[in-house]
Amino acid sequence: MNILKSTVCLLRYIPQFCLTLALFSGGQAFAQDPIRIAFIDPQSGTFAATGESGYLQLQFAADYFYNDKGGVLGGRKIEVIALDNKGSAADSQQQLRRAISDGIQFVVSGNGSAVASALSTAIERHNRRNPEQRVLFLNYAAVDPILTGADCSFWHFRFDAHSDMKMDVMTSHIAANPDIHKVYIIGQDYSFGKAVGDAAISMLAAKRPDIEIVGNELHPIGQVKDFTPYVTKIVSSGADAIITGNWGGDMVALGRSIIDAGLDVPIYTFYAAYDGITATLGEAGKNRIRLVHNDYANPVTNEVRRAYTEAFKAKFPHKDITQPRLATLLQMLTLAMEETGGTDPFAIATAMEDMRVTNMTGEEVWMRGADHQAFQPLYISVHTDENLVFDADNSGFGLVTEFSVPAADTISPSSCNMNRPQQ
Amino acid sequence: MFEVLIFATLNGLVTGLLLFMLASGLTLIFSMMGVLNFAHASFYMLGAYFAYSISLYTGFWPALILAPVLVGVLGALIERYGLRRVHKSGHVAELVFTFGLAFLIEETVQFFWGRATKDYRSPDILDFPLFTLFGQNFPAYKAFMIFISIAIFIALYFVLTRTRIGIIIQAAITHPHTVGNLGHNVPMIFMAVFGVGTGLAGLAGVIAGPVLTTFPGMAVVLGSIVFVIVVIGGLGSLAGALVASLLIGLLQSYAIASDVGMPDLLNWLGVSFERDHPLNDIWRLTLPQIAPILPYLLLVLVLIFRPSGLFGKRES
Amino acid sequence: MFKYAVWIIFALALLLLPQVFSSLLGISILSQMTIAIVFALSYNMLLGQGGMLSFGHAVYFGLGGFMAVHALLGIEEGDYFFSVTLIPLVGGLFGLLAAIFIGSFSTHKAGTVFAMISLGVGELIAASSLILVSFFGGEAGVSGDRTYGPTFFGYDFAQHLEVYYLAAAWMFVATLAMYLFTQTPAGRMANAVRDNPERAEFIGYSARRVRLISFVMAGFFAGIAGGLFAVNYEILTEQNLNAATSGNVLLMAYIGGLGFFIGPIVGAVVLTLVNSVLSHYTDLWMLYLGIMFVLTVMFLPSGLTGFLMMHRTPWHLGKMHLLVKPYILTAIPGAVFALSLLAMVEMAHSFETELVFLGATLNSDGIMSWTLLMAIALVAYVALRRSLPRLREAWAQANAIDRGDQS
Repeated sequence: MNILKSTVCLLRYIPQFCLTLALFSGGQAFAQDPIRIAFIDPQSGTFAATGESGYLQLQFAADYFYNDKGGVLGGRKIEVIALDNKGSAADSQQQLRRAISDGIQFVVSGNGSAVASALSTAIERHNRRNPEQRVLFLNYAAVDPILTGADCSFWHFRFDAHSDMKMDVMTSHIAANPDIHKVYIIGQDYSFGKAVGDAAISMLAAKRPDIEIVGNELHPIGQVKDFTPYVTKIVSSGADAIITGNWGGDMVALGRSIIDAGLDVPIYTFYAAYDGITATLGEAGKNRIRLVHNDYANPVTNEVRRAYTEAFKAKFPHKDITQPRLATLLQMLTLAMEETGGTDPFAIATAMEDMRVTNMTGEEVWMRGADHQAFQPLYISVHTDENLVFDADNSGFGLVTEFSVPAADTISPSSCNMNRPQQ
Repeated sequence: MFEVLIFATLNGLVTGLLLFMLASGLTLIFSMMGVLNFAHASFYMLGAYFAYSISLYTGFWPALILAPVLVGVLGALIERYGLRRVHKSGHVAELVFTFGLAFLIEETVQFFWGRATKDYRSPDILDFPLFTLFGQNFPAYKAFMIFISIAIFIALYFVLTRTRIGIIIQAAITHPHTVGNLGHNVPMIFMAVFGVGTGLAGLAGVIAGPVLTTFPGMAVVLGSIVFVIVVIGGLGSLAGALVASLLIGLLQSYAIASDVGMPDLLNWLGVSFERDHPLNDIWRLTLPQIAPILPYLLLVLVLIFRPSGLFGKRES
Repeated sequence: MFKYAVWIIFALALLLLPQVFSSLLGISILSQMTIAIVFALSYNMLLGQGGMLSFGHAVYFGLGGFMAVHALLGIEEGDYFFSVTLIPLVGGLFGLLAAIFIGSFSTHKAGTVFAMISLGVGELIAASSLILVSFFGGEAGVSGDRTYGPTFFGYDFAQHLEVYYLAAAWMFVATLAMYLFTQTPAGRMANAVRDNPERAEFIGYSARRVRLISFVMAGFFAGIAGGLFAVNYEILTEQNLNAATSGNVLLMAYIGGLGFFIGPIVGAVVLTLVNSVLSHYTDLWMLYLGIMFVLTVMFLPSGLTGFLMMHRTPWHLGKMHLLVKPYILTAIPGAVFALSLLAMVEMAHSFETELVFLGATLNSDGIMSWTLLMAIALVAYVALRRSLPRLREAWAQANAIDRGDQS
């Protein structure tokens, strides 16, 4: 088979075909080859915008911080391979197999907790059944707490704060506002939406028992075209704050309907920015839409961060830096590689446990060894057009941070019972 | 309670009339050609996107006129060069063709306009609350939507029943060959009707784009509901399409506005189940949760008990 | 004899293909194909053979798959004790039950009514699957593990190669069964009812009952495909039930060719390759798929297999050689034209200014690349315009039966 592979390539047939044959017959990695990272996220379909953006940001971070400065581990470049999982668990497995076939040892993914869950299980099983072909899973955006809780895995590392941590910050901000007495919760009818609702209720009850939850509504995902009927209920409940975990089309529609109805209350969200959402909400969302996230958006005081964002915008004027934690992910990964002198997933996983780094924005990030959850400062930002250094969607509007919680205050006890492999 | 009822009725009316604009075009096309145009909602999406792009240069009002015309012309061309060719291969082929067309249009839109949501706004002149009731605004733009939808219905009714071309079209619906024998250019009529039908869908898109958000998935969201309406109303009946659209719009609106569900029913019956009973999900269902799938339930029921729909004249 | 040879070659191919495509990816794609083949063949029982256009066939695939995963969970927890090799049968039986229930009210009429009911039922069940969390697992679906239970001759199916052989064995049996079904009276009557239900009733068969039988058998085999999916991926989600999956199987059957038994097999193989290989090379694969689909419906309504089978007459007449040169003269300009358009589309879409297309580096900012491509496209188009009439003429000649010296 190897002979066949080299012959076809030598004859300079259509290079793509040559590559295909090589893939099908099994790949080999050589020492000076690039270090490849598989980015398994949606590149087509409903969530393509986020997946595409994530891929560009990851490759840019790799180029800016490492490849343009000589690479890692003695000159090896980092290459990100985008593999389209079309937002489905089965396709993610298919792409995982493709990555493994190609000798890739690192998988980055994050869009959709359900997919991340399926990937984590698949990788755990694969590593157990094929210990000589192990793969590490670096999760940058899937926020279901269960991934570092009951379903935690030695091979999974999460670089975003999970939804309970974020809800903790959100409820603290709400609790600190004496004008809020009635809160309405609305979310998508699936595990994440339900988790957001449940966490909001229990945490608000603990912090401000006087706050009344006047609604806890679940609507089918992606099915509701016009949220006006729901808004009618919100208005008649007399709520003075709204909490929602909605994302994508559901978030835009909900935001629009609330604003069109003239409801002037703060709307606390997880995902109401970027990818066209900021542009669509625009003036009407000013000082109303709030976001909880771990990215310090504006005002940008850190020079490294500013230079990085400017370089990115110069290369991709129509995209934004929406996931700076991808750079933190690479930072920890490369640090572990340099420490262990190689790319063996087991060694790297061990090195990353309890690692502390200072990321480009100057924040300290700690990867807890007990459950492989990263802890970093969390922020609440507001949608506005004042005091912006970098806007979102080139719309003139963006996120300005108004409330921050240091990393130490976001730490909650680990509920993970990790199965650690011996070698 | 009263305010909820009023707003629910208004919301239902807006949605229902919008759906009617879509369903009317689909019904016309189906009556004429026996083709259930799967790509109908895609023309709706094209209308919104064309209007968005045009409005970037000229503002909303010229786009309101131009975009539906563009979509209609595109539709007519597709009929002439695509559908007519496929017609020879039978009904299944036509259905499959429109199905593939829907897919293709969605991908093409993503290719030209990208995948992010578009900031397509309603015109500033209509950007004020028409009235405020119980603390909630009713945007003037929505009243505009209602107005346009009703105007379209009246215009359609007028053209079909009072003008010469309308009579010819009605005749061609039931007796295309006879009409052809009388010397009328039936293929041209087909093309024109398809163009008008898709133009209506485009118009619906122009109007609904600012309200229902302009993004590549907007056709999928509405597509199947429109089919449900056309089938429930009765394939080939315009009045049926109107009744069914309003029915579905109001039904959904009331279902969402209500707060009843299985738990209330069970409480009333004095029955309760423990948390981890296997059918727990059903016992905890509320009406708002299942509101968006009520149309499909209605569809299946209607098809079982009255396959020709409420006002239907022909089945296939 | 020829017929048996085909099956033997088929079996041999199944045995030997993993030796050629031995990487994990290759085996995985082969497994994907076996599942798609069973699913597409089951769909064709409805559409191609029975004339029933269904927009909700994924329901039986999904329901069978979900039941199969639950069975896997049961084996893992020790509630049941049977080999994983029988899991596809569990899927099939549940698909069968679902089809009996749904078929009882949906097969009264064929045509548009049937299509609409299937659409409604499909949407209903897909939507319900997100609500009924205990059976369908909500958004994350249901996950199982195939390595438990009694081993099969020492194999525990932890390795993908073992899973492939299991899937291939089931696919072979299912394909054989579906083929034999077409030869039975029930299968033949399905064809009759498709073509002329009224006449079928006149010879004493209830059209409705025949349709129901086809429907139920199609549900059974779709359930088997679902079970195979469960074993291969060990997870089923709402996406396996939804309209997109139903649409996908329609695509497979149609592109392959509805009128021939082998059609869906070709369609399943081609579409699996497009889905997994093409998507790797370009972001726009779905656009290309859409274009391919629409073009197939317009120009090749009998699918790829239909196109191949059109050559039966020239083959029998021994006149295939007449077509070779015209085909080459048409295919080369045609391919060049298509590829140049493709290159322009990819350039327009790409984020980077430099794009590598088939080994050549293109620059989307420079005028050079664009003019070059347009020139190539133009030349190819002109060549195509000139070769098409010749192809038509050659085709007519190849199909004409010589009548000797009579003029």
